[in-house]
Amino acid sequence: MPKRTPLYDEHLAAAARMVDFAGWEMPLHYGSQLGEHHQVRRDAGVFDVSHMTVIDLAGVDSRDFLQRLLANDVAKLKTPGKALYTCMLQEDGGVIDDLIVYWLGDDRYRLVVNAATRDKDLAWMRAQAAGFDLTLEERKDLAMLAVQGPKACERAVQALDSGLAAVAQSLSPFTGTESGDWFIARTGYTGEDGYEVLLPADEAPIFWRALLEAGVRPVGLGARDTLRLEAGMNLYGTDMDASVTPLECGLEWTVAWAPAERDFIGRSVLEKQRATGATRRFIGLVLEGRGVLRGHERVVTDAGEGEITSGSFSPTLGVSIGLARVPAQTVAERGEVEIRGKLHPVRLIKPPFVRHGQSCL
Amino acid sequence: MSELPSDFFYTQSHEWLRDNGDGTLTVGITDHAQEQLGDLVYVELPEVGTHLTTGDACGVVESVKAASDVYAPIDGEVLAVNETLAETPELINQSPYADGWLFSIKPDSAEVLKNLMNTEAYRAYLDSEG
Repeated sequence: MPKRTPLYDEHLAAAARMVDFAGWEMPLHYGSQLGEHHQVRRDAGVFDVSHMTVIDLAGVDSRDFLQRLLANDVAKLKTPGKALYTCMLQEDGGVIDDLIVYWLGDDRYRLVVNAATRDKDLAWMRAQAAGFDLTLEERKDLAMLAVQGPKACERAVQALDSGLAAVAQSLSPFTGTESGDWFIARTGYTGEDGYEVLLPADEAPIFWRALLEAGVRPVGLGARDTLRLEAGMNLYGTDMDASVTPLECGLEWTVAWAPAERDFIGRSVLEKQRATGATRRFIGLVLEGRGVLRGHERVVTDAGEGEITSGSFSPTLGVSIGLARVPAQTVAERGEVEIRGKLHPVRLIKPPFVRHGQSCL
Repeated sequence: MSELPSDFFYTQSHEWLRDNGDGTLTVGITDHAQEQLGDLVYVELPEVGTHLTTGDACGVVESVKAASDVYAPIDGEVLAVNETLAETPELINQSPYADGWLFSIKPDSAEVLKNLMNTEAYRAYLDSEG
């Protein structure tokens, strides 16, 4: 039996095509994936991301625990509400999941992890938490909406009560704040401005309808994928998994090497890989001709062969783009991808492809 | 329920054929097929003059989300392809049974249509697929 978010009835009311996603019945699109993609790049769209797993951490050892658990360093969070993007690694450096951690204040943190990895993440965290004085609580009582686009903040503010609106307007990028049972953060997964809002499940449909009243349109998981791909953002289980380290999926920037004495899980393996150099690196691809790049297609570069991890059509650019893992020695700016037995020329670039509605190419 | 033209023929892989009455047939994908695929962004069609055998993967229609093969519905020779789809593949979404046609074909024999479903049979097939 698939799980449903508190917004299930709203999706049906908006004529969503529902699909199974990691055991959840979620909206793929509400009529046109392309139209929804453009809506987010040009105006404002709202995603129901209530399927994502929210975990609250509290206790005197929570900071020490996260400094051990995560490859990025929560000590970088200097003011309450600040967000940090990080990987959670196995001992061998393989990525268990990528997540956002917010410092709520004092010894309290909030983690948002992927829906598909919920069980293994919680099991891993609980196992690692042995010996630390803290509590770990999954917040199944919360819904989560992402409002994204150049007009997202302006429109979302109209949908919030005056107290929350003032709070939202004061937020700088990558910062959040608690207000009662609500949590509003200026974060997202599209390369556009906007908010991610965590709120009590029973209030979610009311907020959803207020957003639509304010001119925000519903956007499904289909457009969420093309938006994040254009923004050059990784998708767990597609661009990385436990078989690759952050150095092999373009996420070295999220690894906090300093201070050297911080012994996070996976550190020794990453240190070795950093010293000898990873054998593979992560790049962006732009197909020169017509067609569509897809995951698992073979990439040929001057240094050998690689593989596409994510590929799709970029609605903003009107061409096909992808992310790929290729030999680290690759230097050429051009390569080829095999599509249905034929080689097609591609440009090799450093992501992102699109930021704030503009092409980065 | 997808709309279905009454005088067309259909395959289990969701292609349609229209008898043009001059010994040629026009081929496309059904409304059901385009709806399943979502917004189409790329189309690959067979070359004019190619001889197709029933079941050959002779083209590809790609949406943002997936690529799907187009199968030759009958034995015959490709007479023309819909060139406008290169620039405007969304015609298949907007007008699957008219402007979004894929190619036309000259069947090897008049017998070929016997193996295809008529509208009623295809509707029952869609129902059975759920």
